[in-house]
Amino acid sequence: MREVAIIGIGMTEFGELWQKSFRELVAEAGVKAILDAGIEGENIDAMYIGGMSTGRFIGQEHVGSLALEVAGLEDLHIPATRVEAACASGGVAMHQGYIAVASGMYDIVVVGGAEKMTDVVGGEATNILASAADREWESFFGATFPGLYALMARYHMHHHGTTQEQLAMVAVKNHHNGSLNPKAQFRREISIEDVLNSPIVAEPLHLLDCSPITDGAAAAILAPVDIARKYTDKIIKIKASVQACDTLSFHSRSRFDSLPAAVHAAKKAYEMAGVKPSDIDVAEVHDCFTIAEIIAIEDLGFVEKGKGGKATEDGLTALDGQIPVNTSGGLKAKGHPVGATGVAQINEIVMQLRGEADKRQVKGATIGLTHNVGGSGGTAVIHILEAI
Amino acid sequence: MAAIVGYGAYVPRYRIKVEEIARIWGRQAKSISSGLNVFEKSVPSIDEDTATISVEAARRAVKAAKINPEEIGAVYVGSESHPYAVKPTATIVAEAIGATPELTAADYEFACKAGTAGMQNCIALVESKMIKYGMAIGADVAQAAPGDALEYTAAAGGAAYIIGKEGIAEINETVSFTTDTPDFWRREGQPYPGHGERFTGEPAYFRHVGTAAKMLMERIGSKPSDYDYAIFHQPNGKFPVRIARKLGFEKKQIEDGLLCPIIGNTYSGSAMLGLAAVLDIAKPGQRILTVSYGSGAGSDAFDITVTDAIESYPRQGIRRMIEEKKYVDYATYMKFRREFE
Amino acid sequence: MGVARYWREIPARYNLIGKKCQVCGKVYFPPRTICPKCRRKSIGRMQDYKLSGKGTVESYTIIYTPPPEFEGKAPYAIALIKMEEGCYLTGQIVDCELDEIHIGMKVEACFRRIQEDGKRGAIYYGYKFRKAES
Repeated sequence: MREVAIIGIGMTEFGELWQKSFRELVAEAGVKAILDAGIEGENIDAMYIGGMSTGRFIGQEHVGSLALEVAGLEDLHIPATRVEAACASGGVAMHQGYIAVASGMYDIVVVGGAEKMTDVVGGEATNILASAADREWESFFGATFPGLYALMARYHMHHHGTTQEQLAMVAVKNHHNGSLNPKAQFRREISIEDVLNSPIVAEPLHLLDCSPITDGAAAAILAPVDIARKYTDKIIKIKASVQACDTLSFHSRSRFDSLPAAVHAAKKAYEMAGVKPSDIDVAEVHDCFTIAEIIAIEDLGFVEKGKGGKATEDGLTALDGQIPVNTSGGLKAKGHPVGATGVAQINEIVMQLRGEADKRQVKGATIGLTHNVGGSGGTAVIHILEAI
Repeated sequence: MAAIVGYGAYVPRYRIKVEEIARIWGRQAKSISSGLNVFEKSVPSIDEDTATISVEAARRAVKAAKINPEEIGAVYVGSESHPYAVKPTATIVAEAIGATPELTAADYEFACKAGTAGMQNCIALVESKMIKYGMAIGADVAQAAPGDALEYTAAAGGAAYIIGKEGIAEINETVSFTTDTPDFWRREGQPYPGHGERFTGEPAYFRHVGTAAKMLMERIGSKPSDYDYAIFHQPNGKFPVRIARKLGFEKKQIEDGLLCPIIGNTYSGSAMLGLAAVLDIAKPGQRILTVSYGSGAGSDAFDITVTDAIESYPRQGIRRMIEEKKYVDYATYMKFRREFE
Repeated sequence: MGVARYWREIPARYNLIGKKCQVCGKVYFPPRTICPKCRRKSIGRMQDYKLSGKGTVESYTIIYTPPPEFEGKAPYAIALIKMEEGCYLTGQIVDCELDEIHIGMKVEACFRRIQEDGKRGAIYYGYKFRKAES
């Protein structure tokens, strides 16, 4: 297995992008990444593109082929594949790209993720997102996606004493970080009161505890480390790329205050990378809801199980904290174009490791981690990156 | 003839007071309540309908009777508010109580006597040995046009009866009196019924209930004082009291079966729920007269004798169930009735 | 939802018929084809098993922003319920005040309308839960 590096990144701004179609988003992110990598179209051997529900959001399947056409690379007849794992589609696309390069099958691989969520109305979007949950045994009865995370939140609050305010602090922190990110959907700071006063979506989660509906795309270019040196001095090595899965339905899980798939993936990732949680300098985690970040930092071993709320309150994960989490603003403030998220997380960590994160820069960051989750925890993908 | 093997009843939890409805329409609540002898009526929750009410009543009946539901050979659901105009409620119930697939089933419609018509059919099927057990259900989520007089009484509830060879009460005789009398009706596709106002009294309710009761007592050679209880269909709390007096029954004979004042008119469930309330307290050997009424019009009368087996039957306590209630205001009532869809 | 998809799940949705693994005895609801503990040993050895309908609330939420099929029905409670048989499922809690619901509350299944396919389509029935009687 060869060592794999990321030689280029690119992403669109995230938000309600009425002027941009799905195809334009894909093109923009892809072109930015290719230019950033300094490669030619002819160099590309394969494409993987994450998209959760292009079929229902824009009525389009067979999106791999579409991406190839949008990129203008059809004469190369390279393989282009859409990858789906609900909100982990981007992360899994990354993992597929990693396997492709590490195995020696392909050299330079474009990994992307995109979602165009605003071409349907809000109610329809909620319905589509509910397909990340168990349609027959959760969604059928009226359990919404926020509803499932709300079940997690209440359970966590009951068993570990996590408070409503601690949940809100995750949102406040991420909005602060988002205000420093020119690509973020929300660039306004918010307060704990703002969160608690926002309308309730699914108790105990308020509107501002929930990530938004967003359009956006992100891309990354992978190459074997040896070839990478031809293109760039700033080699970002993928030290670990691990995917783990669990049951689709939340009620069938072995734990309700943790995502066992994420715990498993994290453990394997740390082993693969030869690092400990305390070695991580910066992390992008899957804060689809505030409770998800609290559970994530526990699952990743940054804090003990149950202490995630307190740790957030104590500033452990703030930009100037011991382990800055979601410096990009996270899904909460940066936005969550579902299929793009996993690759956008990679974009942020690469920027941090390159020293290009500007006002969000974590000083001296050399090892970073991304944590991308699908559904209520049916899929989890962890990447550990190192600047070498 | 045949016997009641078991019974189950269900009334939704929610209530709306006559005074709340009167308040909306600017009417005098006191005169309406005293005129109708109805004070509040049951309201189905937004996720309840005739099928769900029938299933609840049926499940209670099967559980209390301790029979194997697979031995139920017929299920009939009588209602004027079936959830589908075409697709039987009876099959939904049959599936939900585990009686499928070896049985016959159908839905009945005959205004408020659809349930008792089903009972008569079950009696015939049991007597002819075509089936071991039959289940007849009368249930409704009655509709009334907002502002119409019927709005004060149109309620929701249902009762299920399991008929077999022997059980907790013997059905000694049943007779029916049927004519084509258009006192109350609902046209296909229309959400609310129409009625002949005062025409629904003497030529309709009183004529049919009274005649069916007299026919039964003549056929069987009984008189009012032979009965411990008499239950009449209850479109309001006054009609059954009046017909009882007319026929020679005393107030105390009809009191225990009179639920209308506190739950309203449950239409196809009315007489059958009244009978359930009586069976809840009846003693072995006691005799019950039950007369239903369905607009259009007809009455089914039953002469019933309670057996010793009732002592070991787990009684439902329908009056206790009715005590567990929650009041809603008119807007919530409309929301629950799905009027805003 | 197509009617075939609804009809297929009627035994589970109406009567809480799950599966019991004949090898290890564990009960699964919603029904599963393969026991995750016994795996290949359980092939062909998963038997229909009817749950009692009784359970306790493990966690719950009140949905204020419903999906389109439940428009007009919010707020309603969704709970993660631990059934007597040891398995967990997700369902609504009805017929009580929303603030009465608590972790540990004893509930029992009841039969209710879940959804309908517009005004012309089919009606989908299934289980919801209410406070247990005793």
